[in-house]
Amino acid sequence: MQLVCPAGNLPALKAAVRHGADAVYVGFRDDTNARHFAGLNMDDKQFDAAVAHIRQHQRKLYVAVNTYPQPQGWERWQRAVDRAADHGVDAMIAADPGVLGYAAERHPQLNLHLSVQGSATNARALAFYVQHYNIRRAVLPRVLSLAQVRQVAASATVPIEVFAFGSLCIMAEGRCHLSSYITGESPNLCGVCSPAKAVRWSEDAEGLSARLSEVLIDRYQPEEPAGYPTLCKGRFVVDGKRFHALEEPTSLDTLDLLPKLAAMGVEAVKIEGRQRSPAYVEQVTQVWRAALDAHRLAPQRFTVKDQWRQVLAGLSEGSQTTLGAYHRSWQ
Amino acid sequence: MKLSLGPVLYYWDKEQLGRFYSEMSALPLDVIYLGETVCSKRRAMGLDHWLGLGRELQAVSPAQIVLSSLTLIEAASELSSLRRLCDNGELLVEANDMGAVQYLAERKLPFVAGPALNLYNGHAVAKLLDCGMIRWVPPVECSATLIRAVLDQVAELGRALPQLEVFAYGHLPLAYSARCFTARAENRPKDDCQFCCINYPDGLALSSQEGQALFTLNGIQTMSAEVTNLLADYAGLQACGADLLRLSPRAQGMVEVVEAFARVRQGEAPPLCVDGCNGYWHGQAGMLRVEEAGLC
Repeated sequence: MQLVCPAGNLPALKAAVRHGADAVYVGFRDDTNARHFAGLNMDDKQFDAAVAHIRQHQRKLYVAVNTYPQPQGWERWQRAVDRAADHGVDAMIAADPGVLGYAAERHPQLNLHLSVQGSATNARALAFYVQHYNIRRAVLPRVLSLAQVRQVAASATVPIEVFAFGSLCIMAEGRCHLSSYITGESPNLCGVCSPAKAVRWSEDAEGLSARLSEVLIDRYQPEEPAGYPTLCKGRFVVDGKRFHALEEPTSLDTLDLLPKLAAMGVEAVKIEGRQRSPAYVEQVTQVWRAALDAHRLAPQRFTVKDQWRQVLAGLSEGSQTTLGAYHRSWQ
Repeated sequence: MKLSLGPVLYYWDKEQLGRFYSEMSALPLDVIYLGETVCSKRRAMGLDHWLGLGRELQAVSPAQIVLSSLTLIEAASELSSLRRLCDNGELLVEANDMGAVQYLAERKLPFVAGPALNLYNGHAVAKLLDCGMIRWVPPVECSATLIRAVLDQVAELGRALPQLEVFAYGHLPLAYSARCFTARAENRPKDDCQFCCINYPDGLALSSQEGQALFTLNGIQTMSAEVTNLLADYAGLQACGADLLRLSPRAQGMVEVVEAFARVRQGEAPPLCVDGCNGYWHGQAGMLRVEEAGLC
């Protein structure tokens, strides 16, 4: 299985390459990608350097152009596709039928991967993208159980990539408007969820409050660790009870599932986190490289080392990890 | 503009559905959508029941009956149910997943593109027109300006426009998950949910720790807490080119809602002031009420 690692900047890309990523995915510095955060992603010069570095080390470079363009910004997405194709990247990751269609028609040599934002969770949906855009790989949303991933992988005519580690969307990617309902900006249209500019922290007698567009997402007592107010990970009140009504702050970690994913023919595992630091990319890449190598050399004897778990737990939201939807009990 | 009744998004039992549709069949509705769009475990009504209900409604109402498909298709069993639904042989289908689009296109059947399909520009809409789309319900987060721009782009591409149906009333369907939040709120595993969402015919309210109403939990679907209501935006809906207005069923008061929209359609002045949110329509956060629309 291929290891696909995130890079929000050049140091992260170099860290991923140094520590054994087979492929690195990046985005351009605008709203054409789903991690449109201030200071993140690559301008022209950085992108040129990224391409050169990847070539020098004989890895793969993927570019995410995976938001949904609106008519008035259409040319920006066209330019992003052209730029990716002109640099000869190994694949472009996209979700929008318009973007995919433009890429397939204008740049038939460009490999297309269906982004997780495409929200294709079944073999028939994948067949749509294969038939119309000749996609070469599809990234599955993090809503499928392991048995469902197996079914999709077995019946789809296109290789599958799954998320292996990182922040967890509780909702089907591409099918969540919670952020725009509260803040006006959504992953699909703006490439952001719970945008930083809408966040306000305040401290008073009731504790430390985290707000998003003035909506209270969570409130922490002094002894409680405070996390970024991603709105699906707050504590809310349902039927008089206050709890993480949608999802706890936790990260997906599928090290334990590695042999099963390999056995079902999954082509690539993806690490989430283009918004994270080069140090994060370095550590996650190291652990997953070691795990994949250990599994490749001796699949029967594969076990997850405690040290791997400790490293990944330290990089996880709320220091917690979960098997997510892959494990039915989580659902 | 025509009036449509969206699919019931909640889990109602057969009796409640029967009472509801018998009331609705007497109202001036042009299109009625039937079917389960949220959770495949809700088995009170199977495909045959929905088709039977569709026939009954066709006998007493002039409304076009459309069958809406499930939104999040994960299991192989859900995919085969989807195939049966697309092969129903009687009713037009609303596709809420690209899997449905693919089935319908392969069969060269016309379809409605539901609000859960991510169509945000003219190129994407044109592709779906190629596949057989005849009516477009934009994602609920789209503004009037965006919808108009999409249709203009479709026209620039030299394509005939689809009918436009706008989600004009009801709790907004905002998100879908593998997890059932109603079961979670009741501390039940999803595999043993006991169909607890049937106890919440209008969903389960979620509020902030300060008591601000935020969302409505409806099984694996998360909806807005506020009801969107675009009746005061009627002129804007007309200007945008809406052909149909979708009214999304609620357990109470739907007769009054349909009648209020029907009166405005017949020429009564729209109210200056209604309860509910309309931020999305005006390009703002969905939960907002935009003052310039005269909402209060």
